[in-house]
Amino acid sequence: MKYTGAQILMKVLQDEGVDLIFGYPGAAVIDIYDELARTDIRHITVRHEQAAVHAADGYARASGKVGVCLVTSGPGATNTVTGIASAYMDSIPVVVISGQVPTHLIGNDAFQEVDIVGITRPCTKHNYLIKQTEDLARIVREAFYIARSGRPGPVLIDIPKDVAKKTVSYGVQKEVKIRSYNPTYNPHMKQLQKVIHLIKSAERPVIFAGGGVILSKSSRELTEFARKTRIPVTTSLMGLGAFPGTDPLWLGMIGMHGTYRANKSTSGCDLLIAIGTRFDDRVTGKTDAFASQANIVHIDIDPTSIRKNIGVTIPIVGDCKITLNHLNRLVDEADLGDIPKKREKWLRQIEEWKSTQQLAYEQGNVIKPQYVIEKLYELTRGEAIITTEVGQSQMWTAQYYHFDKPDHFITSGGLGCMGFGLPAAIGAQIACPDKLVVDVAGDGSIQMNIQEMATAVEYGLAVKIVILNNGYLGMVRQWQELFYEKRYAYTKIGHMPDFIKLAEAYGAAGLRATKPEEVISVLSEGLSIPKPVMMEFLVDPEECVYPMVPAGAPISEMLLV
Amino acid sequence: MIEEKSILSILVDNEPGVLSRIVGLFSGRGYNIESLCVAETIDPHVSRITIATMANLPVVEQIKKQLNKLVNVIKVHELTGTKYIERELALIKVKAKPEHRAEILRIVDIFRCKVVDVGLDHYTIEITGDEDKLSAILNLLKPIGIKEVAKTGIIAVSREPKNY
Ligand SMILES: Cc1ncc(C[n+]2csc(CCOP(=O)(O)OP(=O)(O)O)c2C)c(N)n1
Ligand SMILES: [Mg+2]
Repeated sequence: MKYTGAQILMKVLQDEGVDLIFGYPGAAVIDIYDELARTDIRHITVRHEQAAVHAADGYARASGKVGVCLVTSGPGATNTVTGIASAYMDSIPVVVISGQVPTHLIGNDAFQEVDIVGITRPCTKHNYLIKQTEDLARIVREAFYIARSGRPGPVLIDIPKDVAKKTVSYGVQKEVKIRSYNPTYNPHMKQLQKVIHLIKSAERPVIFAGGGVILSKSSRELTEFARKTRIPVTTSLMGLGAFPGTDPLWLGMIGMHGTYRANKSTSGCDLLIAIGTRFDDRVTGKTDAFASQANIVHIDIDPTSIRKNIGVTIPIVGDCKITLNHLNRLVDEADLGDIPKKREKWLRQIEEWKSTQQLAYEQGNVIKPQYVIEKLYELTRGEAIITTEVGQSQMWTAQYYHFDKPDHFITSGGLGCMGFGLPAAIGAQIACPDKLVVDVAGDGSIQMNIQEMATAVEYGLAVKIVILNNGYLGMVRQWQELFYEKRYAYTKIGHMPDFIKLAEAYGAAGLRATKPEEVISVLSEGLSIPKPVMMEFLVDPEECVYPMVPAGAPISEMLLV
Repeated sequence: MIEEKSILSILVDNEPGVLSRIVGLFSGRGYNIESLCVAETIDPHVSRITIATMANLPVVEQIKKQLNKLVNVIKVHELTGTKYIERELALIKVKAKPEHRAEILRIVDIFRCKVVDVGLDHYTIEITGDEDKLSAILNLLKPIGIKEVAKTGIIAVSREPKNY
């Protein structure tokens, strides 16, 4: 049978299980849109292409499927770059399809031509320019395969207009096989035996889990492993929810704004089992001082993550889930001795760190941002899917919303991209229509993709936005306060829109709390309104996030409240 | 940690944009490229890229892993530390005043290379060899006066029976 490129694209997308696309039309993709409208794939028209990618990212994380975007050439394509970079840093499977000028015009500086493949080469897992329709089906299938396998990531496919229009024959497709791309899933068993030996002899072990545990859906296996060996667990920002935040073995988050006990125990441990993490600098602080007395076991599916920043005693390349399953079996088979007794001293020490330095704030006459998050946690019983923007609000969310489950915390971790939270919430809400989805936002960040309020209203997505309004680009102000002698260069937000009116103008609801007494009532009312709601909390303008490890310092050296 | 020269032999898909991925990886991550050679292999779908880089050991390990991570990279083989043959070709345009011509020809003879072009006041010498040989002849010709040099960069193959 003969089909156009656009028709073949639709067939392949449906074969790949795609039932939802976030996108924005333009001249170069009219042919594709024309076909899309004939399928039953749902299309969400966002208000900015950056938001399409963040929404696809949020959708991918909440659903476990590949998120898909469709944008036009030139500005449509360049607008996706930030979204792609964020998905790349956080290893999120997203496929971005961009239109391109017809092949005979490529290289001519044609109208709305950009070399998007060149631009996105360093921030995609892989990307393609399709030069002939005959290659389209294979490439699109490869793109999905690459996006979701191994260490996941975004893949961009650039489709020139004539490639979408041309008719070619299309038949049964072969299984995708790329000779130069073969992720390693199975760990070396010998290495795992060594881990068991180290666990046997360790006196002060710590498990450090990252986003890889969430991506490989292995939080159950991780929890089993930690409980069986009675090893306390910390996670990176991306790993929050991989281990229950209410478990007695939970140490809290590690790193720049990690808890006192997580940073202390990691610094003092004699065995660190790192799983699905890449040792970001916000995690390690000064690398020489990081877990400097410990044997370090590092499990990751991406060989480049291993020994990139931190020296490792036992490197293990493999899928977190498969590896943890093996480890759990080996732990069962091994005689670890009287584990509870062996851990007593170490866990007591950690308990002491915990009781001397709790996460703390004092709620006085002005609303404390931490209080808002704590109440949000209580009122949602920790069940909501939380997305965030970036800054202090993000860190307080990480500290005070005790994530018990994976896939409930969706944040731009690696790129730290303001404007992520609202579109990501939209994506998560579509993936989980029955869930409460809340974007915790700063007053600065929310304005970076605020136009997506219209998308939420249009599609009846009842996302909730909690704005912690401190009048500042607070996280930057905090650095200025602590390290630049309070010189607040351009971090005061000079003019603030009336968020309540703004919400209403979009057709959403708006609520505001100005006093501590109003926090609970605004939250409970706002969370129960069955449409998009903006809740604004006027919080203490100069509150800081503590603990804080100054950039480049050892993580044991924290500034405390 | 000391930086040493590493020669990496990289087999890649012979497709547009692949070289740019490799070069972009080096520049984006701050790795150094001393020389780079690329050409098709006997399989027209595959090209071989030979890169010489100066780096310390952990960085070389990271470079190899990063290269392997690229979807279009089929194989990365580090030749340094193994048995291999390395060659580079240079064209050297040297000033050839009458009083120097005999001396130049003597050097050419000793190095078993050849003069491939003669002008009114210059000779162009073609020489093939490893890095030591090339730098030795350049050092000898320098006092006579080198006008221009073009070098191909290093190509290399393993001496082991196995193919890479
Ligand atoms: C797109 C983007 N631009 C700039 C920054 C730098 N930055 C990091 S946090 C921050 C402040 C964010 O302010 P706000 O959203 O009000 O959050 P707060 O820290 O006040 O809670 C800024 C500007 C960033 N992370 N992302
Ligand atoms: Mg703010």
